[in-house]
Amino acid sequence: MDEAIVLKYEISPDDFTRAGEASSDVKGKLKQLGVSPEAIRKVAIAMYEGEINMVIHANGGEITVEITPVEIKMILADVGPGIPDVEQAMKAGYSTAPDEVRSLGFGAGMGLPNMKKYTDDMTIETKMGAGTTITMIVRI
Amino acid sequence: MTVKDVKEILGARVLTGEEFLDREVRSACGSDMMSDVLAFSKDHSVLLTGLCNPQVIRTAEMLDIVCLVFVRGKKPDETIIDMAREREIIVLETGHRMFSSCGMLYKAGLGGGAI
Repeated sequence: MDEAIVLKYEISPDDFTRAGEASSDVKGKLKQLGVSPEAIRKVAIAMYEGEINMVIHANGGEITVEITPVEIKMILADVGPGIPDVEQAMKAGYSTAPDEVRSLGFGAGMGLPNMKKYTDDMTIETKMGAGTTITMIVRI
Repeated sequence: MTVKDVKEILGARVLTGEEFLDREVRSACGSDMMSDVLAFSKDHSVLLTGLCNPQVIRTAEMLDIVCLVFVRGKKPDETIIDMAREREIIVLETGHRMFSSCGMLYKAGLGGGAI
């Protein structure tokens, strides 16, 4: 693995049953590449949370995953409504998810805190009405 | 203990994964909130839940969970069972409620694992 491997996924909006397909695919690919189970687990959880968020809050979007021998970078870009208060959104337990999402087992306000917890680096760029891009890095 | 022990303790029915019942399980968690499972589950091998949708299987997949137990007699549909089968995740179904199911397993020596 000398060069970076780049994977791209379109995340379709409002299709909750399919949310997680991209993360599942990445998990399988990392396994094939022989990445350590610990790093795979971190990537899988962080990306899955992000993917769910994109479906729930942002009308889908695009995920780019770059795999190099030293790190796995996940870029989650959406053209959703943006996050009005990032600091508040980062608080464990804070959620704006509607009740219907809660009845599906999500919306506990753990998504963003979880993504931060399981990655080595996370940056959020967001603009109201324009969208959000979250970049996460897991070092291997 | 093994998944076979879990099955016997809970008087559970195997919905898929009959061939993997000798797999070992070391700890468990119980929740209907997949967000919380993702947040707090560390190396759990059994997930007990009353939630019945495809995201339960996906959550189990991301966390490398060995065995899913649907409590309160919840019956997942074929799509959900097929998803589990593809991923070699064992699925059990028990009529016991969440609290009782967790209690029975805990009493038999299956802990909550590291925090």
